[in-house]
Amino acid sequence: MDGPTIRIQNLVKKYGSNTAVDHLNLEINRGEIFGLLGPNGAGKTTIILSLLGLSEPTSGTTIVKGFNATSEPLKVKKVTGYLPDDVGFSGNSTGLENLVYTAMLNKIPRRKAVESAKELLSLVGLEEAGQKKTKTYSKGMIQRLGLADVMIKDPEIMILDEPTIGIDPKGIIEFLELIRNLSKEKGMTVLLSSHLLHQVQKICDRVGILVSGQLLAQGKVNELADELFGQKDTAFTAEVSPITDELIQDLSQQEEIKEVQRNGEVITMKGSREVAPLISKTIIRNNANLYRLSYKEYGLDEIYQHYFEEGTADV
Amino acid sequence: MSDIVKPFWVMVQKEIADHVRSWRFIILVALILLTTTGSIYTVLAVIQQHPAQLSANSHFLYLKLFTKSTNNLPPFITLIGFLGPLVGIALGFDAVNSERDNGTLSRIISQPIPRDYFINSKFMGALTVIIALVFALGFLVLGLGILYIGLPPAFSEFMRIVIFLAFTCIYIAFWLNLGITFSILFRQSSTSALSTLAIWLFFTVFYSMLVKFLINAFFYRQAAARPLAQLLSRISPSYLFNELTTILLTPSIRSLGGLSFRQMAGAIPSTLPIGQSLLLVWPDITALIAATLVCFGISYVLFMRQEIRAN
Repeated sequence: MDGPTIRIQNLVKKYGSNTAVDHLNLEINRGEIFGLLGPNGAGKTTIILSLLGLSEPTSGTTIVKGFNATSEPLKVKKVTGYLPDDVGFSGNSTGLENLVYTAMLNKIPRRKAVESAKELLSLVGLEEAGQKKTKTYSKGMIQRLGLADVMIKDPEIMILDEPTIGIDPKGIIEFLELIRNLSKEKGMTVLLSSHLLHQVQKICDRVGILVSGQLLAQGKVNELADELFGQKDTAFTAEVSPITDELIQDLSQQEEIKEVQRNGEVITMKGSREVAPLISKTIIRNNANLYRLSYKEYGLDEIYQHYFEEGTADV
Repeated sequence: MSDIVKPFWVMVQKEIADHVRSWRFIILVALILLTTTGSIYTVLAVIQQHPAQLSANSHFLYLKLFTKSTNNLPPFITLIGFLGPLVGIALGFDAVNSERDNGTLSRIISQPIPRDYFINSKFMGALTVIIALVFALGFLVLGLGILYIGLPPAFSEFMRIVIFLAFTCIYIAFWLNLGITFSILFRQSSTSALSTLAIWLFFTVFYSMLVKFLINAFFYRQAAARPLAQLLSRISPSYLFNELTTILLTPSIRSLGGLSFRQMAGAIPSTLPIGQSLLLVWPDITALIAATLVCFGISYVLFMRQEIRAN
């Protein structure tokens, strides 16, 4: 099929006088992992619900695989697996029973459903737990069962709302790996939302930053950083011994190096990335030993911070 | 193809399974079984030994099983009229809000099924359980009667009992729907349980007192106020149910209100045929069905319009 798998055009959703999503445009291509990032209440869940036709937009259209999500939700839901942020299962049934139930709602015959449910349970590492009632599961297990639940209908698109919430750090890495492997194996399009940046940064092909219902930026993580911070000064840290007053003075005299400060055993400075050789040369010239020289790399955190500040400044 | 079960029936099956396995339901069924067995047993003991104690002419002995009582135990119809709504409320009060709390609601309706399947399957599942329970109970009583009395019931008796059981289901379905409606309105299942129980208590206990009080306050002559009192009473579904079932199971009752002496003159003191009894309670029947449907309609609309997200 041509064109993007998910296309959101001019989406507006208002709750009373409160605008949750404000004229949003977004396109996600086939096989891509897209991360929707934003603080709580930015409108992530609202966007996801309108993609599934579970929430009616005030205006604008959401098109998934060529189907309008508002007018043809059944066709969209057939090809889309959705993991809600507060996902739960009926506690008195086992993990396996829960998966079979979902499969049967997707018109998969029971025998085949049991077969693929077992397969998926071992894939997400719940082989043994699958026979236990889900009320005994930990949050991480629920989340993994949720992923199996999404997979059982063999979707072309996965929509995961805050999939890492409530899992311990080690579990998060495994879980995200699992998502990435599954999507690459089957060529699935993935849209995942999160307010935690570092994790998502690792597995997403592209990210979009959402603040108060508006998509402030989208693109690959490093492109976003370059775009934003390319011309800006970065912070340098140099571990030097011995640190003498002459050295500090010498560094301060260089025009390109700014805000030279002694900070215990290290010297901090600011300047563009190209001044790194100049710093090291200056230190060597002063007969000091340079143990380490590093500059700060900008990641999503800073991008996020940057936009977040802007976002709040607008309000 | 035959292997594929329609998603709606998968959901109904799941509902039924959940209800039947829940402690709440098991406890209520045990309660109903215990009380009704007690009531029926005492009646049967009397029938076996001195049937004349129950009625001079021993017509409609099987109906007496449901309406008469001895000792201090209330009769079957009173028990079922009292405990039935509790079953309905117990099955309905957390139908939607508990699924929302558990996070299963958004997961289920993101499957390729129309949104109303959810609310319809809730209703269908609980209704199936109620029908099974009520009819099982009624037929058990009949069977017990055959064992003790040794005579089969007359066809008209049987029909009256079947119709009575059917309307018991509708009556319980009314309370079920009320429970479902509140489970959509309130996010907390305790709030919805309490408010449904409050309405049930109001109608079964306090409403008749209130009507009596109002009539006493505004009318000097009781007889003149009777039609009004009856009109007011019939707003209450529990009054409707009591009136309906009493008349249905007591063929000797010939009128809803009182009859004057002039009307009574020349009347043969006999029982009414089943068709006539039904005709007598036709308004009650219509009102009860209407109330049940209206309640379901409200819950349906509320659910379809409600936002899915939890907060």
